[in-house]
Amino acid sequence: MMKESTPMIRVEAISKFFHLPHRVVALDKVSAEIVAGEVVVVIGPSGSGKSTFLRCLNRLEYADEGHIWIDGVDILSPKTNINAMRAETGMVFQSFNLFPHKTVLENITLAQQVVKKRPKAEAEHKAMALLERVGIPDKAQAYPDRLSGGQQQRVAIARSLAMDPKVLLFDEPTSALDPEMVGEVLDVMQNLARDGMTMVVVTHEMGFAREVAHRVLFMDQGRILEEGTPMHFFTDPQHERTKLFLSQIL
Amino acid sequence: MQLSSGLSPRRSKLWYRAWAAVFVLMLAGSVYLLYYATKQVDYVWRWYRIPQYFWYVEQVETRSMLDGDIAAVEQGATGTVITVTGLDGEVERYTVPGGGELRVSQGDMVSSGDVLGFHEVQHVGIMVEAAWLTLKVSFLSIVIGIGLGVLTGLARLSHNPALRWTAITYIELIRGSPLLVQIYIWYFVFGTLINQLLGKYGLPQPSALWYGVASMAMFTGAYVAEIVRAGIQSVHRGQVEAARSLGMTSFECLRHVVLPQAIRRILPPLAGQFISLVKDSSLLGIIALRELTKATRELITSNLQPFEMWFVCAMLYLVMTFALSMLLQWFERKWLTS
Ligand SMILES: Nc1ncnc2c1ncn2[C@@H]1O[C@H](COP(=O)(O)OP(=O)(O)O)[C@@H](O)[C@H]1O
Ligand SMILES: [Mg+2]
Repeated sequence: MMKESTPMIRVEAISKFFHLPHRVVALDKVSAEIVAGEVVVVIGPSGSGKSTFLRCLNRLEYADEGHIWIDGVDILSPKTNINAMRAETGMVFQSFNLFPHKTVLENITLAQQVVKKRPKAEAEHKAMALLERVGIPDKAQAYPDRLSGGQQQRVAIARSLAMDPKVLLFDEPTSALDPEMVGEVLDVMQNLARDGMTMVVVTHEMGFAREVAHRVLFMDQGRILEEGTPMHFFTDPQHERTKLFLSQIL
Repeated sequence: MQLSSGLSPRRSKLWYRAWAAVFVLMLAGSVYLLYYATKQVDYVWRWYRIPQYFWYVEQVETRSMLDGDIAAVEQGATGTVITVTGLDGEVERYTVPGGGELRVSQGDMVSSGDVLGFHEVQHVGIMVEAAWLTLKVSFLSIVIGIGLGVLTGLARLSHNPALRWTAITYIELIRGSPLLVQIYIWYFVFGTLINQLLGKYGLPQPSALWYGVASMAMFTGAYVAEIVRAGIQSVHRGQVEAARSLGMTSFECLRHVVLPQAIRRILPPLAGQFISLVKDSSLLGIIALRELTKATRELITSNLQPFEMWFVCAMLYLVMTFALSMLLQWFERKWLTS
């Protein structure tokens, strides 16, 4: 399943500090390697640094210490074209963040035209294909506020995919959804995993972690406390903190 | 539109009409009271003398400068051409523009100063000229104020301290002092300095109008900046993060994602700001700009009709601000539906 090669994502001892409203060590010398095609699920209690970790990977947060390479490119180097890097590192947010003043189709074509300079027709063609893939081609002309949460999140995924990313980052993509809509979003994500997309997913959906993840990272207080295959992780956790966390959410 | 109309009990049509009638009566009553009071102090209303300040017709006479005969009366391109031959053989031609009326015909004898013909010239009145100046100053100040305000609003949000502090200093300086004082400073301090410097190098010097525009534009710009800043900040942070994570530059994000959303929240307070500006332009009379209020004051000193004049003045402001407000509402609707 996993190719043994240079890692798609290599994180070396990154730290991130926040100073307001009071000093917080959000990430404390975190290191990780994720290879192409790998699906990594990150779990951990609230405030443990999961979002910060994810956001450092596409530089929505600039790590204060350490190094990050995406597909061999040092993204913390001032010489790196960060906009080009971000286009290749798609991110899906808990709150969808669709552009409310644009139709579903325009949401997916905007960055293709602006960033990738694709002609409109090509961008729309690609957008329709992606809407087909996430199962809502009939909503192309609708505005986001006419869509259910599950549909909005699927559009958000299509919007990221339109940039042909090498990596997709998901920050609790189903946490804002009504329970009956969680499945449709997880299905889309599972299909992406099957197609070989490299994914880092912060989620509380343990079913997804068990079935889709190749590896699970457990974070606590800004550190990766434990990691392993889902099998190992759910059946034989090593740390007391991990055991406690699992007992609370399972 | 009312606060929680669901709270009010059912009302009959009669109830509604009765209170509508009360409103009309109160309005009529106020007007009558005013009229009655002016009667008591023997004020004579002379509304018929007001239209001349908007539009008037001048009779222009064409007079002969020679003693002599009318040699010819012919149709020219721009009117009737009258040729006068003087006693000593001199020839002069006079033109009475088309639509004019002749007082002489061929062969008549005329002496110097005689009227050859009349024509009428239409003139715009002082109040229209003044209203036009008010509009011109307001329009220029709004256009410059928008540019200044948008740039300052963006600078206010910049991470660059030089930009941010410049914006904050400008905004606080402007908002912390009265517009009247700022107009004085622009005209009597900056105006004097700039004009003397320009004069020294033989360059043309801007007129009072431009110092008036400068003071109003700077004043408006500071308030527009705060409106723009608030509008941009009201756009959810997630929108910026989504745009940037797709690879857009901060400018692309601003242009395609933030500003289109912010503009809907910026337009209504902006309309209020522009309406204030039109009204505040009444202060510019103090630097000898004959805008609406100054023109009204000047006319009153000669015609002694303060009551009519001040009402007319207020009306003209009302028409301008109302038109502006309609224009911006139309703009807003257009933006919201597209
Ligand atoms: N923008 C920020 N400013 C200040 N503190 C922050 C910010 N973002 C996150 N933090 C803090 O960093 C820590 C980690 O947060 P986060 O990565 O969001 O955790 P998680 O996603 O695991 O819940 C928390 O203590 C949080 O309060
Ligand atoms: Mg989080």
